[in-house]
Parts: sequence; C-alpha cells; structure tokens
Amino acid sequence: MKKFWALFFWFWPLVALYVCLIAPGNNWWFPSKPLSTMGHQIDGLFYLILIIVTVTFVGTEFALGYALWMGATKEPGRRAWFSHGSHKLEVVWTIVPAFVLVFISLTQLDVLADIRVLARFPESVKEAPVAEVMARQFEWRIRYPKPGTELMTSPQPGDLYFVNEVHVPATVPTMINLRTQDVQHAFFVPRLRVKQDAVPGLIIPVWFEIEEAGEYELLCAELCGWGHYKMKARIIADSPEGVSAYLTRLEREQNEDGVQEAETASVK
Amino acid sequence: MATITPALETHGHEHEHAHGHHEQTFIQKYVFSTDHKVIGIQFLITTLLMLMVGGALALAVRWQLAFPWENMPIVGKLFGVFQGEGGQISPEFYTMLFTMHASVMIFLVIIPVLAGAFGNFLIPLQIGADDMAFPVLNMLSYWFMWPAIFCFGYSFIAGGATAGPANGWTSYPVLSDIASASPSSGEAQTWWLFGLTLVGVSSMMGSVNYMTTIINMRAPGMTLFRMPLTIWSMFITAILQAFALPVLTAAGFMLVFDRLHTLIPTSIHSVFFVPAGLVVNNAAPTVGGGQPLLWQHLFWFYSHPAVYIMLLPAMGMVSDMLACMCRKPVFGYKPMVYSMAAIAGLGFIVWGHHMFTSGMNPALGMTFMTSTMMIALPSAIKVFNWIGTIWDGDIQFNAVFLNCAAFVALFIVGGLSGIFMAAVPVDIYFHDTYFIVAHFHYVLFGATLFGVFAGVQFWFPKMFGRQMHDGVQKVHFVLTFIGMNGTFFPMHLLGIAGMPRRYADPYLHGYLEHLLPMNQFMTISAIIMGFAQFLLLGNFFYSMFYGKKVGRNPWGANGLEWSAPSPPGHGNFDVPPVCYRGPYEYSGPESEALGQDFILQTTAPPAGVKVASAHH
Ligand code: HEM
Ligand SMILES: [Cu+2]
Ligand SMILES: [Cu+2]
Repeated sequence: MKKFWALFFWFWPLVALYVCLIAPGNNWWFPSKPLSTMGHQIDGLFYLILIIVTVTFVGTEFALGYALWMGATKEPGRRAWFSHGSHKLEVVWTIVPAFVLVFISLTQLDVLADIRVLARFPESVKEAPVAEVMARQFEWRIRYPKPGTELMTSPQPGDLYFVNEVHVPATVPTMINLRTQDVQHAFFVPRLRVKQDAVPGLIIPVWFEIEEAGEYELLCAELCGWGHYKMKARIIADSPEGVSAYLTRLEREQNEDGVQEAETASVK
Repeated sequence: MATITPALETHGHEHEHAHGHHEQTFIQKYVFSTDHKVIGIQFLITTLLMLMVGGALALAVRWQLAFPWENMPIVGKLFGVFQGEGGQISPEFYTMLFTMHASVMIFLVIIPVLAGAFGNFLIPLQIGADDMAFPVLNMLSYWFMWPAIFCFGYSFIAGGATAGPANGWTSYPVLSDIASASPSSGEAQTWWLFGLTLVGVSSMMGSVNYMTTIINMRAPGMTLFRMPLTIWSMFITAILQAFALPVLTAAGFMLVFDRLHTLIPTSIHSVFFVPAGLVVNNAAPTVGGGQPLLWQHLFWFYSHPAVYIMLLPAMGMVSDMLACMCRKPVFGYKPMVYSMAAIAGLGFIVWGHHMFTSGMNPALGMTFMTSTMMIALPSAIKVFNWIGTIWDGDIQFNAVFLNCAAFVALFIVGGLSGIFMAAVPVDIYFHDTYFIVAHFHYVLFGATLFGVFAGVQFWFPKMFGRQMHDGVQKVHFVLTFIGMNGTFFPMHLLGIAGMPRRYADPYLHGYLEHLLPMNQFMTISAIIMGFAQFLLLGNFFYSMFYGKKVGRNPWGANGLEWSAPSPPGHGNFDVPPVCYRGPYEYSGPESEALGQDFILQTTAPPAGVKVASAHH
C-alpha cells in the first residue's frame, strides 16, 4: 500500500502532462494561431515560460514522488535520515531559480513596452486612431470620424456610428481609442491576444496589427453586470480600401435614413 | 484571566481556573467562552459548515457552466421559489452565485479557518501559554463573525430576490458604486460591504492578540528560533493582517460613503470612485471627480497580502506535520522562516500584478512584474525544503501525510501557473480568463485546503481526546484529490482557449462552443469532490463522540502541545512547560537515547548525550 501512494504521486503529474500534450490536438488550446504581430511575440513568450515551467514541474513532482518512494521502500527498523538541512543546497536552490526568474522578467520587457508604452507605438498610428470603441452595458458602440477627417475626442456632427462591429484595416498597424460610457469593461480579442480594460473617465489607446483579413470575435473581459457574457461583437479586418468602402457605405446609409441625429443624441 | 506578564512569570503563579475546579455555566464554557481552545473549535466548526455553503454555491455555478439554462435538479425548485422563474439560473443569479461563492470561501472559510481556528487553538498550546493575551478580545473576534455572516446572508435578500450582491468578490467600482449600474448594486452591495468590514474587525482582533501572545507569553526556553513553523507562520500572518487590513477597511468605508445614500437617502454621498460624466443605464450623468482605479489599488494592496494570509499558516502547519509524519527534522528550518518573511515583505509590493490590463502606467507594470517574479523565489525555496523534509524519512503513510504531500504537489502547480501571469505580456492574454481561476484554486484549494484537511486530523486528538478514522480520511483524500484535479486542471486549458471567467453562458461565443463537454466533465468531478466532503464532516462529528480515545501524544510528536492532556483543561498545562530544544528533533541522538524517534520539547536532555546544536 505504501508503494501505491508513492506511485499515486508519480502518476498524476503524468496524467496532467499527457492531458497537456493531447490538448492542442483536441482543440483544447489557443483558439487559433496568433493573428496579430504582437500575438506572435506573446505566444513566443508563453511557450518559453511553458518550457521552463514544464521542466520544473516534472523535476519537482518527480523528486517529490521519489522521496515518497524512498519512504515506501525503507527497510523496517532503519531510522529516518537525521538532517537539519544543507547550506550548500539552500544556496543552490536560491540562486538558480533567481536567475531563471530574472531571465524570464527580462525577456518580457521589450514586448510589454511595445504593447503599452505610448512612445513606442508605431509612428503611423500614434496620432491617428481609426475609431472610438465605446463600451456600455451590454454592447460596443463604434464611432468613426467622417471619411477624410480625424477622430476627435468628443463626437462630431459628421461622425459615423455602428454597434458591435469594428471595421479596421488589416496588415497595417491600427489604433483605436477605448472608452466606456458607464462601468468598467475590457476589450478582449482572443485571436489577436489583445486585452485592455475600459476605465470610466479615461480614454485608452490600443494598437494592434492584424495579419490577415477576416473576422475576429470581440468580447468583454471585465465583469460589468449580469449581461457581461453577452457583449458579443466582431472585429472585421479588411484591406484599407475595403474599410474606406465600408465607411462610405455607412455614411450614405446614415445620411439617408436619418439615424445620425438619433445616434449622436443618445451618445452625448 | 491571562495577563501579559513575561513568559517566565506566567507560569509561576497557580492558575485558579485550571483543571476545571471552577464551576462554569454551559454558556460560559461552550458559547461565550474565553478559552482559546473552545474559540478555536467554534471557528473550526463554523468554517467547516461555511465550507459546505460555499461548496453548494460553487456547484450551482458549475451546473450552469455544464448545463447552461437547464433546470437545476433538487435545489433548482428552491431557488425557483426565490426567483420566481422555475429551476433555471438567471444571469443575475449566476453572477450572484460566483460572487457569494468567492466571498464565503475567502472571508468565511479560508481566512477564519487558518487564523481563527488553528491560530487560536494552536498558538497558546505550542508556545506553552495558558491562554491568549486578551481572552475577551479573542471571544469577540469569534462573535464578530456572526454579524458578518448575517450581513452577507442578509445581502442575498436585501435588494429583492434577483438582486443579491453580484459584483464579484473584488467589487470593482463603478459597477459596485452606482446603484443604477446593476440590480445588485443597490442595497445588497452595501450589506456586502458591511459584512466585509465586520470580517475585517474580527481578523484584526485576532491578529493583535496573536502578535501580543507570541511575543510575550512564550514558555521558558521557547526562544524565537525554537518556535514551530506554525507559530512563525501565524506570527507573520498576524503582522500581514495588521498592516494590510486598515487599507481595505478604509477603502470599504470610502465605498460605503459613496453608496450610503442607497440605504439612507439623505445621508452622505461621496464620489471617491466615480468620475464625472458617466451615463449609467440612462440615468443622469454622474458628477464628481473620483477615480475607479483607486479602488483597485487599495483593494489589491490588501488582497494580495491576503492571499498569503490564506496560505502562510497552512505552510507552517504542513511543515510541522511533514516533520512528524516523516520522523525527521524540517529541512532548512531557518530558510523556511526567512522565506516566509520574504513572502510577507514582498507581498506588499506586488499588488499591481492584478492590474496589468487595468490601464495603469506601463512602467508600473514592469516594476510589479519583477517584484512578482521575485516572490515566486521564496515559494520555490519552501517547496525544495519540503521535499528535503520528506527525503529519506521514515514516512507514516496516513491521511495526514497524504494530505500534506498533496499540499506540496498541488502548490507546485499553483506557483508555476503564477509565473505565466506574472509575465505581463502573457498575462494580457490570460487576465480574467479561466487560467486565473485555475491558478488560485490550485493554491487555495490544492494547497491551503489540503493543509487544513491534514491539520484537522492531526490536531483532532488534542481537541477532543479522540482520533479521527484514518481509513475514512484516506477515502476522502483520494476522492477529493481526484475531484480537485478533474475540476481545476482543465481550467488551465480553458484559459489557454480564451474562455473568460464570470460568464453566465460562454457558449454564446462560437469559439468556445466545443468546450462544453470538458466543462461537463469538470462539473461531474466537482460534484464528486463536493460530496466527498460529507465523509470529512461525518468522520469529524462521529469521531468527536465515538472516535478511538487516545493519550497525550498519539503521533509521537515533539511540540509543547503534545505534553498537555488531550484535551487540555482550562489553563492548558498540568505541568508548567519548559522548552529545552527546537520542535523538530525527530530521530536524533537525544531521542535515540530515550529509545524512541521523537523527543518532546519539554523533555529534559537525557544524560550523557552530547547535543550538536550548531546545526542551524
Ligand atoms: C508563486 C507565486 C505566485 C505568483 C507569481 C502569483 C501571481 C499571480 C498573478 C500575476 C495574478 C493576477 C493574474 C490576473 O488576474 O491576471 C494572481 C492572481 C491570484 N493569485 Fe497568485 N501568484 C502566486 C501565488 C499565489 C498564492 C500562494 C495564492 C494564494 C494562496 C494566490 C492567490 C491568487 C488569487 C486568489 C488570485 C486571483 C484574484 C482574482 O482576480 O480574483 N497566488 N496571482
Ligand atoms: Cu463585461
Ligand atoms: Cu496577487
């Protein structure tokens, strides 16, 4: 029975490892490969940590199981090893993990700066958000500047509006301004590995470069009330021409059916 | 009544209450008792019952995730009466369920079971004191739990059936601040905050008491570095509480002031956390100049240290139990103490790792990332030392040991997943997904609760003079261990798959639909694990009355508590304890001289044994 318990503690990490190994094949893994430039960097860092962590996991769980095995196979009557520890070992297992952890931290800094530090945003997007994404319970309201003009902080008469669909150009860096009209929300696009909270009172610029034209799901990732789960929207990445064509169409529709006044009024 | 006299004197005078000479009424003895042991047991039973409440809430959450919008069996009818909509879980109700699950588990189970139950029971016994420094304060710390439980309980119904508190245990404003933001943000949220504050009052009374007792009331010879690691952990935890809790209390009051007008319309109405110009649910735009991020800073300034408050005592207890069950000294006693101190110190400068996507300054993100990575280091050192403690030991494979080994095995997982989340770019993806949920369940359930399971069985003989049934505890261990991993391990994968937490219906989103079967598997695991807890409760209450009777030291352990009678009378020790050595001298030369593999801290050094005390 003693040996059973040692095997038990050896066995379950193997199950855990096995589940992780078969996970990608069973579609229990990332929803897709990263589809933004930053996404590649984030996934790269993830896999780097995954390797380090897996090695540590296997090593420590194996050692733990082995310690149990030693206890299970001890011949009766032999005493436990009377030891209060080892200074040398303590030094080793302090310094080695310390180096690994500092190494992991250092690898993160550049990517973090690229994602979040305004000064390092690509020049082409710094001053030119393509749209304002305004979260509210429980939808996303998108405001585009009138074609040919720039996005202003406050709504302008010619602005174009749409709900739960953001059209942005693919293959070029793009920036949106993220806001919330009421409580906190978070702008989460899993396939792009983008996430940013929308904070009442702040306008937060978010940039990304989508690599392929297509549709990407956009969800809310900060509890915003009972309808949190249903803030379902899409990002539609298209060629720059496609986006202009969409905006022109949107402008025409909006001017024809008079939606514009109503929408502007309610956003104010 | 105990006083804060230096340890030597405490034991000089005869304790008049000792040995139960003194007639006490039932109420004095078992209800409003000032005896630390009774208070500890009161905390223990209360928290075990709350564990079942929290567990039931969790199962309801799991039901919805596995069988979205289907009527809940059995209890569904009951909830249905509440909400007036059949046995289905509405999204409002779901949001309330996970909020209250976390609130109950954190504030009414984990924190009070460690500090309240084990802290109270063990501190005087392990340092050789007759009681806590402030017994009345101690009694109050227990009885303040009940108004807290009442406030949490009342918050369910304060605002009406579908408007329980539902803003997450983190209760971020503005959602939790403005009444029109959600049905739950009315009265319910205010009562929830009252509950939180009262739990804080209770903890604070406990922590003042623990610090004073440990500093002032140690038995003769009980130097700081002869204290069991349990005592070190309780001491460090008490310091953490004392420094972190005021910040949460202040934040709580600020939020109460922001909201008090929802209870009393003419009262104070501040806007600490509300910026101007928000239009919430078509209400008039807000006025003010508050800052929602301020809450997050204040909340996490408390709640990160609090996650260690929820773990350190279990670390200490497990170290004690592992040494005893492996018949070996703790490997690296001083590194264990220093790493707990390091965790506590660093714990105060990592709170920002909960806010990597919050919009705070990215330079802060880098700082918090580095400090967070560094806090993994003392955790790693502890893991290595635990393995070292088990290494080449004479292991007693009972359920106490198995639960302790599970503590180590599962803490490894939780610590390692923390590293992903400490790395800011990776956390940008993982934040608020199930990866986080996996992480904190591995540390809080995997580590802390398994440590508690072990601790309950280990100190049960001291509490009741009887033993719990080891076989039943083993079955409980296996079912809980398998159920726990079946429930929480797949959550890592859900997180990687991008499934957000706190979603009433994730499958609304196409890219998550295929994860339903996995969630069903997890729910079944959770149900097994939940029902396994009846074994623990059954064993606990059965053994209280019918368990095998045992003497003072059934495990052959070294601590001072094992030199007292089981259960100890009022005043604890029949022979005033004097401490001669550290608590972990298992299988050493001194014990050998006595022909056994342990030697109580109170046993005078056997003649003729040279003690090499230079080992630390
Ligand atoms: C090895 C050291 C650890 C590291 C590096 C670490 C890191 C982190 C990070 C970065 C987060 C925030 C993730 C996010 O929300 O995006 C987090 C969340 C959390 N951690 Fe840890 N952690 C560690 C150990 C622990 C321990 C020991 C506990 C508790 C006993 C704990 C409990 C929690 C809890 C409860 C949360 C989630 C809070 C919430 O959002 O509701 N962690 N951890
Ligand atoms: Cu939301
Ligand atoms: Cu934290």
